[in-house]
Amino acid sequence: MTSDPHGGRRFRVFARKRSAPSRARRRLGAAVRMIAALAMAGGVYAGFTPNAAAEDDRTLSSSAAEGKALFDNSCITCHGRDAQGVTDRGPSLIGVGSAAVEFQVGTGRMPMTRQEAQAEKKPPQFDEAQTKQIGQYIQEIGGGPQLPSGELSDNLATKPEALARGGELFRVNCSSCHGFGGGGGALSSGKYAPGLHTATEEQIYAAMLTGPQNMPVFGDNELSPDEKREVITYVTQQLQQDKDPGGIFNLGRYGPVTEGLAIFVIGITILVFVALWIAGKS
Amino acid sequence: MKRRKFDVTQVPANVGKGLDDRYKAATPLRGLLNKVFPDHWSFLLGEIALFSFIILLLTGVFLTLFFDPSMKEVAYEGAYPGLRGVEMSAAYESSLHLSFEVRGGLFMRQMHHWAALLFMASIVVHMARIFFTGAFRKPREANWAIGVALFLLGFLAGFTGYSLPDDGLSGTGLRIASAIMLSIPVAGTWISASIFGGEFPGELIIGRFYIAHVLLIPGGLLALISVHLGLVFAQKHTQWPGPGRTNNNVVGERMFPRYALKQGGFFMAVFGVVAFMAGMFQINPIWLFGPYRASEVSSASQPDWYVMFMDGLVRLMPAWQITLPIGDGYSIPPLFWPAVVGLGALTTVPMAYPFMEARRLKDKRSHHLLQRPRDAPERTGLGAMAFTFFIVATLSGGNDVIADKFHISLNAMTWAGRIGLVILPPLAYFIAVRICLGLQQHDREVLAHGVETGIIKRLPDGRFVEVHQPLGPVDDHGHPIPLDYAGWVVPKKMNRVGALAPAVKGFFFPVEKPAEAPVSPAVPPVSAPEKREEITSGR
Repeated sequence: MTSDPHGGRRFRVFARKRSAPSRARRRLGAAVRMIAALAMAGGVYAGFTPNAAAEDDRTLSSSAAEGKALFDNSCITCHGRDAQGVTDRGPSLIGVGSAAVEFQVGTGRMPMTRQEAQAEKKPPQFDEAQTKQIGQYIQEIGGGPQLPSGELSDNLATKPEALARGGELFRVNCSSCHGFGGGGGALSSGKYAPGLHTATEEQIYAAMLTGPQNMPVFGDNELSPDEKREVITYVTQQLQQDKDPGGIFNLGRYGPVTEGLAIFVIGITILVFVALWIAGKS
Repeated sequence: MKRRKFDVTQVPANVGKGLDDRYKAATPLRGLLNKVFPDHWSFLLGEIALFSFIILLLTGVFLTLFFDPSMKEVAYEGAYPGLRGVEMSAAYESSLHLSFEVRGGLFMRQMHHWAALLFMASIVVHMARIFFTGAFRKPREANWAIGVALFLLGFLAGFTGYSLPDDGLSGTGLRIASAIMLSIPVAGTWISASIFGGEFPGELIIGRFYIAHVLLIPGGLLALISVHLGLVFAQKHTQWPGPGRTNNNVVGERMFPRYALKQGGFFMAVFGVVAFMAGMFQINPIWLFGPYRASEVSSASQPDWYVMFMDGLVRLMPAWQITLPIGDGYSIPPLFWPAVVGLGALTTVPMAYPFMEARRLKDKRSHHLLQRPRDAPERTGLGAMAFTFFIVATLSGGNDVIADKFHISLNAMTWAGRIGLVILPPLAYFIAVRICLGLQQHDREVLAHGVETGIIKRLPDGRFVEVHQPLGPVDDHGHPIPLDYAGWVVPKKMNRVGALAPAVKGFFFPVEKPAEAPVSPAVPPVSAPEKREEITSGR
């Protein structure tokens, strides 16, 4: 036993000896202490959190208000109230702009199914009008990049050189992750660059502008809007349209890996069967 | 004067006599045409390599007519709109011209590339056949070593050819080759500078690789292939053991006409398969890679499959740099071990394997009969080990594509490759040896007791036993006399010993009337069951 026999005496300084208070008085004291504690907790909380009442004063356009309703239903769990973000769950969306929303929601990547290395493309949860409304809401509360109006790719009849220039830009900026054929490629730790074969012009433009998931941002100071249009021209009018001659099957354009697979699965297999057949003829 | 009658049937004889009178060709030709070759499907695998080499020569000559091995900068103004106006080397421009403007050019280019992949693939498959059947044993050790050298030469031919179009992918490959040269301690910088004529990439490499690819390496391949085939002729082909086949004879078909006709047909088949693949499957779309720029590297930049094992070893190698405190300090980069030591060891150590095995078994005899893989479990296990290593390394060479397409983390792929490279080969050895021993045991069992018939007999004491069909004579009690194992297939199913009628011959329709199937005495004739009244519940 190591208890101190004099310890009890020390504490008597604080616990002064008094006669026991009456029952009613005890109850009243407990209530007062309770109210004081609650008031203090509430006051501290109010003091440390931003004033929510001020946000509500912002006037949203009607479509943004619709978007806010959708946001509050589907996105708020991870991105938080007023898109402020939630630690360890989802980033703040202040400043990402409507282009980011239109890409992430329009390709079905958001809302995410679960937290993982990268959100996967899947059938969109919202239709085009709803996507635009959420985009409008995010744009109005935080600003950020927006898709430009007008054509997002070049007309090759009037500007034929756009294809070659877009190809050059694609090889410099995009092929290191998406591959020379736009088939996609692996990044570290389960992340990946998706294939571009089904991407639309808007999605490619929005992706370059906002850098979704693990993609870097290609702002207008890195790739000018004209250059972005040329890249889109190359992707949508060259890579997506199978304008490459040389066979019915392009083996996914993944390079020598699928070619090596093909020579064994098709070439060697056929010839071994031919050898079995010829050697059996005796 | 009486005109002599012209006899058409005598023309070949007359021509032949005339030729033989002048050139004395009959005796050596008779020996050649009467040469006997044993027949088995696995003996045709090496021919695939030979025939794809012929296809490579034919298509390659066509390609040289249009290819310009120059690194002069030109602006592309050809038919392909996706590159028009882009600055590129004349080599790349002529490859594009060959692909888009020369009639049949792209088809020939694709045929050349597919034939190259097939050449290397069939070399590996053929090598596996030689190894697992023990065909490399004395007196054929030299031919085995030549075969390994042919793989190495084919590897170099493939790599130089891959580099020639000077597109983005080939430039990336060259960059890696230059890095591998630089990784060699002390000599590296000199080797790289002398091959590239200075700094990478320089302006000489395409011309140098061109002459290596179209003259030096094919010349070496042609010479080695000639020696390889000459040795097969001189030492005779090995054969499987079987009735009438001994270590001192060759049972098979004469070179002419049957064997030559079969080989001719097989050449047509190989040609057809290569042409089919060239027409159906796009290979190496150089126009998408763009001209080589050091700043442009695509994801999934891989070498062709037969170089991928080296790429895989490089990818799996941990970043262990060795620094030597000599002079100003030297370092051995981690790249050196897989790329230089690994490639060197994997292409030279196998050459010595026949001697290692003969020494281990103290076997100095000549072997002309093949061994079934199960009869040499250690060798089969060792081969399984080597191939497992090769396959893990090759898959790791494409691990980014596999990771992407199968949604696996690339880091997980790398670690799986590192662990697999160490764990899987011994496991493959163990499994292969156990399978071999099991198969051997089953062979011996069938030889001792006969084939399982599937007929179960109940003995008077209640036991159930399966009836076995003896393969040979039986003793006075009806027990089979154990047979010796002859090194060849032991029939293990009743169908193989005549329980079923022989299969009807013919590929699409029967070419002969099928024989009447013998009625098995074990099965009594089946008659219709007698009618019975249905039993109901009485209602």
